[in-house]
This record gives sequence, C-alpha cells and structure tokens, in this order.
Amino acid sequence: MKISSGTIRLIIPAASLVLLLAAVFYMQPRAMSYNGLNLLFNLAVPIALATIAQMLIMSVNDLDLSMGTFVSFCACVAATLLQTSPALGILILLGAIATYAVIGVVIHLRELPSIVVTLGMSFVWGGLAVLILPSPGGTAPAFARWIMTAKPPLVPMAIVASILIAAVTHTIVMRSSFGVLMRGVGGNDRSVERAGWSVIGIRAGTYALAGLFAVLAGIALVGLTTSADANIALRYTLLSIAGVILGGGEFVGGKVSPIGAVIGALTLTLAGSFLSFMRISPDWQIGAQGAILIVVLALRLALNRLEKREKSQ
Amino acid sequence: MTIQRLLVAKPWIWSFAATAIVWIITVLFTGGASSFGLSQAALTFAAFSVIVGIGQMFVITLGPGNIDLSVPATMTLSGTLALKLMDVQDGMIVVGLLASVGIGLVVGLGNYILIKLLRIPPIIATLSMSFIVQSVAIWSNRGLRIKPPETLAEFATSGLFGIPNVALVALILSAVAWVLLEKSIYGRWISAIGQSTFAARMTGIPVDGTRLVTYMLCAVLASVCGYLLASFSGGAALNMGSEYLLMSIAVVVIGGTAVAGGNSNIPGIWGASLFMFLVVSMLNTYGFGAGVRLILTGTIIIAVILLAGGRQSGR
Repeated sequence: MKISSGTIRLIIPAASLVLLLAAVFYMQPRAMSYNGLNLLFNLAVPIALATIAQMLIMSVNDLDLSMGTFVSFCACVAATLLQTSPALGILILLGAIATYAVIGVVIHLRELPSIVVTLGMSFVWGGLAVLILPSPGGTAPAFARWIMTAKPPLVPMAIVASILIAAVTHTIVMRSSFGVLMRGVGGNDRSVERAGWSVIGIRAGTYALAGLFAVLAGIALVGLTTSADANIALRYTLLSIAGVILGGGEFVGGKVSPIGAVIGALTLTLAGSFLSFMRISPDWQIGAQGAILIVVLALRLALNRLEKREKSQ
Repeated sequence: MTIQRLLVAKPWIWSFAATAIVWIITVLFTGGASSFGLSQAALTFAAFSVIVGIGQMFVITLGPGNIDLSVPATMTLSGTLALKLMDVQDGMIVVGLLASVGIGLVVGLGNYILIKLLRIPPIIATLSMSFIVQSVAIWSNRGLRIKPPETLAEFATSGLFGIPNVALVALILSAVAWVLLEKSIYGRWISAIGQSTFAARMTGIPVDGTRLVTYMLCAVLASVCGYLLASFSGGAALNMGSEYLLMSIAVVVIGGTAVAGGNSNIPGIWGASLFMFLVVSMLNTYGFGAGVRLILTGTIIIAVILLAGGRQSGR
C-alpha cells in the first residue's frame, strides 16, 4: 500500500477531470460519443501544448508571462509565412525558439526577474504578430489542418493527441537525464553547478524546449481555427499557468508533473463546455470558471493535508 | 565611483533620466510646440499608472510570489458600480467614492482569504478572484454607459495651476504611501516580511495581518483608480482596466523595486509611469505603426531592466 507522492499529486486533477466529464455526460448524454468527445476536447490540444511549455519554464523556477502573445505570434507565422513560403516560416519559428533559449540564459546571467523580462517580450511578440498579420486572416498549412482534423479509429484525435503529448513530455521531464537536471536546477541550481553541470546550458535547453512546445501550440491552434489573428491566444498566458497549478505543479522547487499539466489543461477546457451545458448566463461564465479553479485547489489542499498526516504517522 | 554608488543606492534615478531623455526627444521632434500639452497628458495618464502601481508595489514588496492580478477587474467593477450608484447626481460623489473604497476592501479581503485559507499561490488566488469580480462587473454593467456626475467629471479632467487634478491626487497618495513605507512600523514590517517571512514571524511581526492589510490596500488603490479613470473618461467600460495589469507590474519593476521583495521605492514609480507614457507618445509622434510601437516598448522595458541590473547582490 505504498503510493508515491507523485501519484497522489495526480489523483486530484484526474478526479476533477473525471467528475466534470461525468457531469457533462449526465447533462448532455449525446456528448458521450466519438464526435461529442472530439468537440469537447478539440480546443484542449493547443492549450495542453502551451501548458507544457509553461510547465517547463516553471520547472526552473521562472514564469513566462509572454506565453499568450508568443503562441499568437506562432499562430500568425503558421497561418501566413509557413503557408506561403515554408522555408522562411520554419526559419522564423526556429529563430523564435533560439530567442527563447537566449532569454533563458540572459535571465540567469544577469539575475533578472523572469516575470519582467517575459513581460517585455510579450510586447515584442505582440508587435511582431501585428506586423506579420495586421488584420485577422491567413490560411492554415495543409499538414496542420490534416493533423488536427484527422479521425483515427475508435478514439478521437483530441484524446490521442493529449495522451501522446503527456507520454512524450513525461519521458522527457521525468525519465530522461536532461529532465532530471532541469528539475534539479529548479530545486537547487547551485548544487547542480557544483556537480559539474552547466546551468546555463540546462536553462538554454529548457527554454528552447518550452519555445518548441509553444510553437507547436501555435501551429495546432491554426490547424483548428484555419485562420489566425494577433490576439488569438492572449488568454493562454493565464490558462497555462492555471493548468500547471491545477495539475499539481508548484511555482518553485522544480516540482512539476507533465501528465498533471495535460490533465489540468483538459480540465480547464472542459470547465468551459460544462458551464455552457449548465446554461449559466454568459455574464457569470468567467466567474464560474474562477470558482471551479478555487474548488479544485481547495480539494488539493485537503488531500495534501491528508498526505502529510499519513507521513507523520 | 560615487556616481556609480549613487545610482546603485537610488535606482529610481534611472527611470527619471530615461523619462527626461524621451521627453526631450519628443519635444525636439515637434519643435517645442507640444511641450506643455505633452507634459500635461503625461502627468494625467501617468497618474493612473502611479495609483495602481503603488498598490502593486506594496504587494510585490511582500516577497517572491506575491502579486495582485485582480487589479484590472477591481478597477472595472469599482468604476462601473460607482457610476451606477452616483447616477449623474453631484450629491452622490462622496457616496460613490466610499462605495468604491468598500469594493476594494471586499476584493482585497477575498484575495487574502483565498491565499491564506486555501493556501493558493497569490498569482492563482488573485486570478480566480479577478474572474469572479469581472463577472460581477459584466453582470452589473450590461453594456450601459453611465456618465459621471458633472462636478466629478469636471474635477477629473481639469487642473490646478497647470497640473492635472488626477496627478495631484496621485501625488497626495504617493506622499501618504511614502510615509507609510519609510516612516511607519507598517512599512518596516512589509520590508521585513519581503526579506524573510520566517525571520519576520520569529521576531513577532504579525505577518498575516500585515499581508492582509497590504492586499486590501492594493485593491483599494485599484478601485480608487477605477473610480477616477471612469470619471476622467466619461464612463466605465468593461475593458477599461485591462492595460493596467501589465502596466502596474512594469512600472513597479522599472521603477527599481526589487521583484524578489523586501525593497521598494515610490519615486521610481513616478519615473517609470511617466517614462512608459512618454515612450508610447514619442513613438506615436514619429508615426510608427502599432506593431513597431509594441516591439519598441518591449525592447525598451527589457533594455531598462538589463541596464538597471537585476536583484541587488547580497541576497
């Protein structure tokens, strides 16, 4: 009867997801189908990718306030340049990932607060997005459209994609040696450095990986919406942070959970659908989303206390 | 060497120097014709950033992780409800102000209850709270645009001896905040908590009470700012607070307050607020488009942070 604390961390997010899903099915039995599930979770894929990106940044004790504008920027590039001149588009996206790596290094070298640097970057990404796509429009690249609208047998694409994202990031963050180093930097960067590793290199890698996932989020988003605009993903900044926290991650100490983060993103997406099924007046939808967030976190607190009591016994 | 030491000891000098440079560049471009109007506009708009910035500064001083994301929603709710309550009657101005202060107190209390009782990180607690506050604002506003009472609108848009009234209000609030921070035991307490919560608790500082008051203070300043902004712009709008989320954090940090907490300064907020407004108007004067303007604003924020250096050493 030994459950690791990592598993316990996953119980609450998983249970709230199942509970919400059951509630949705109860109110709208027709949602319990291939198409229903696909519709419910479709928008979760880009949010899950952005949440993973945010989680990577949070694993080295930083916070990325530019996530929303960066995903918007990537969506704009994907809907325009990646479509018309793929080589240039790929080059720009690679440049953006490299920029993320540079930001990670600069924040470390100059001991800058990540919140402020990424705040500044959010203006930069927003400006670039406006320059690339001054008015809403563009077309999704064929491959993105194909992936996001694919209909695999038995299980809808949105679910397949979520499981795939969770599995891949779990391998990188929890199982690979790079993942261990990354969480080590979040836990105690000085001891990682004393052990002979380059903290700069690890941070650059972490930020670049986060950039990569954010780029994928932008492409996935365009694949779903078929067009983009410069403000398309602004709410992703807060959604991604909330997703990580919902999934059992912490702001400091390198305590993160990729599977939890994906579940957190799914829960947040489902909460939106749940509220519209409840026929709650649109006025109160944002507020109810806040309330759901509070309830889930309260549950987590209760469970953490239980966990502590068991440990002390 | 002494100049360097002065710059390190008084980080707000940076923001004022930057402000002066941007002001001169802008005025030079227009041939000096706009210097008075530009200064007045800068003071007016900086005043709003200063008021929310001071509140945010107190919260950030509490230490790592402390931040109030409910500022925009509180501004919107306060502006909306106050104008609705006043209903264009001059006699209700004070009642409206009291109501908006009350809203601030309630939101601040709610924020801290979430942080303390549910042990939610402040960033998530204030975010959830802001969702709820925003919903209340949407529900109460219903897209109506109620005008502020005439006397109040007159007050908010005019000035005394060429200085806008809102700037005077912000100045008085900053003076009060400065006294609170530098001369009162409360100011010592929040700095102590920001430097080490554990040590502060050990020395017998009422940590929870101090933090509660700080979150309430921040929310009250945000709602007073919402009240003034709604009066200034002739009515409340649902998105009127949105730009002040990033702005309130940016002015605090550019102004030289340590993001790690425990060290704050008020003159810097003025410098940073004036600077942020002047940069945007300078870029406007030069006729840049929205995209370039955003990019340059972001680049300048990062450049200022890089120049001013990060956390002070010794931590």
